[in-house]
Amino acid sequence: MSGIPLPTPNPITRPHWEGCREGLLRVQRCSACGDFVFIPRVGCPRCLLETLEWVESVGRGTLYSYSVVHRPQRPEFEVPYVVAIVELDEGWHMLTNLVECEPEDVRVGMKVEVSYREMSDEITLPYFRPRP
Amino acid sequence: MTDAYVVGIDMIKFGRFPDRTVPDLGAEAALLALDDCGLKIQDMEALYCGNLGQAGGMVGQRILQEIGQTGIPVVNTANACATGATAFREGWMSIKAGVYDVVLAVGVEQMGKGLLGGAGGGTGIPKEGLLGSGTMPAVFAEAGQEHASKYGTTFEQFAKVSVKNHHHSTLNPKAMYQIETPLETVMNAEMIAYPNTKLMCSVNVDGSAAAVICSEKKARELGLMGRAVKVSASVLTSDPWQERDLVMPDVNSCTRLASAKAFEMAGIGASDVNLVELHDCFATAEILHYENLGLCADGEAGKMIDSGDSALGGRCPVNVSGGLLSKGHPLGATGIANIYEVSTHLRGEAGKRQVEGAKVGMTHVIGLGSACAIHVLEKVTA
Repeated sequence: MSGIPLPTPNPITRPHWEGCREGLLRVQRCSACGDFVFIPRVGCPRCLLETLEWVESVGRGTLYSYSVVHRPQRPEFEVPYVVAIVELDEGWHMLTNLVECEPEDVRVGMKVEVSYREMSDEITLPYFRPRP
Repeated sequence: MTDAYVVGIDMIKFGRFPDRTVPDLGAEAALLALDDCGLKIQDMEALYCGNLGQAGGMVGQRILQEIGQTGIPVVNTANACATGATAFREGWMSIKAGVYDVVLAVGVEQMGKGLLGGAGGGTGIPKEGLLGSGTMPAVFAEAGQEHASKYGTTFEQFAKVSVKNHHHSTLNPKAMYQIETPLETVMNAEMIAYPNTKLMCSVNVDGSAAAVICSEKKARELGLMGRAVKVSASVLTSDPWQERDLVMPDVNSCTRLASAKAFEMAGIGASDVNLVELHDCFATAEILHYENLGLCADGEAGKMIDSGDSALGGRCPVNVSGGLLSKGHPLGATGIANIYEVSTHLRGEAGKRQVEGAKVGMTHVIGLGSACAIHVLEKVTA
């Protein structure tokens, strides 16, 4: 995946992106109800309160669901690639790509871990790969 | 509060009309719906117009410029794939509230070919740019795979939805396609996002549909109760908070919320429903919605497609029109086109695809982001 469009961090998402650059998978957590919240936002959608704080995830989890995309929306993406929903060990979900794995070997429930790809000075993307 | 009735309703044959305009397509459906009940544009007290592609373009007013500038209020709606149903519902609300006695709702869309982009951008993590995951086929593929991993639903079962809906559309002259697609053809078609092949993705087409909605008093006054269809529930929901904050649009929760509310409002249960037009934007989606709408128990959707329960002649026929997969999916028109299909069966005017003895029908659309609209329609028993 080279030349793909990259995200522009904003005040709400910046801690997440800065974490990725440092090799840390940061996620918001509500100090009132304890829920993990991803993607980053202003307030907790459950408590309806601005009680979110940033915590570090272990960066390990299992594959919750996936699709193998054969026709991309933008030509910069090389097909086929695996779009994945990962369930982190803390119980929250993240949308990512599964890399270092052939599409035919992908199975729901397989163990995965975060694998960072430096895309630019500012942006490092958190992909996931199989783990033993 | 008065009951609201559909007294006139129609749609154009869906297709690709690059040399026509959005207002022109909308005007055609509006005139067809007015003809259906013998009324004229000067009888309408308001217009509710659904269109997504030109949401800022005052499409409703431009339709009136073609068929009659009577000076009535026009409301233009945009609500992703629930756009048409939302326009219809605005009209329904105005009747229920007693503000007007007879109004017109139009849904219209002109679409190009190709993949639709993702909705529900969230706050600062652009899904499509980052991950290439914003394609609609991928969103619904992942939702299908979630079902598959829970219940063992197979690629073949998902594909059977496409076979069924394409078969249904051979009986619907207003559908985009009238072609049979055998199981092998569906499964061997170009893979777009596993498990959805090209034939398991809805068809981007141009189209329009329109409905005249009327209060009971006015319908009786005009002598229109004979072919009237009662709107016994109209529900619109957005995503309710869920225990697991899924990063992908949640295509299930808002439908479950809407169907529960719709059954309560109509005072019926899922077993009372004789036919359903549901949002089969992808074959995987139809399977999920069997359960979301309560047409079968959780985990039984695979069995429902295998048994033929959802096919014409089955226990509860689904998407007898051919559905979005084969009738086509012009976003703003789809919601009203679904209401047209169900109304046509309740009137006993559906010809070869008639669901015999249909008394209660349900329509469902879901716009990612999300908006879910459900309508329950009932045959009027004089």
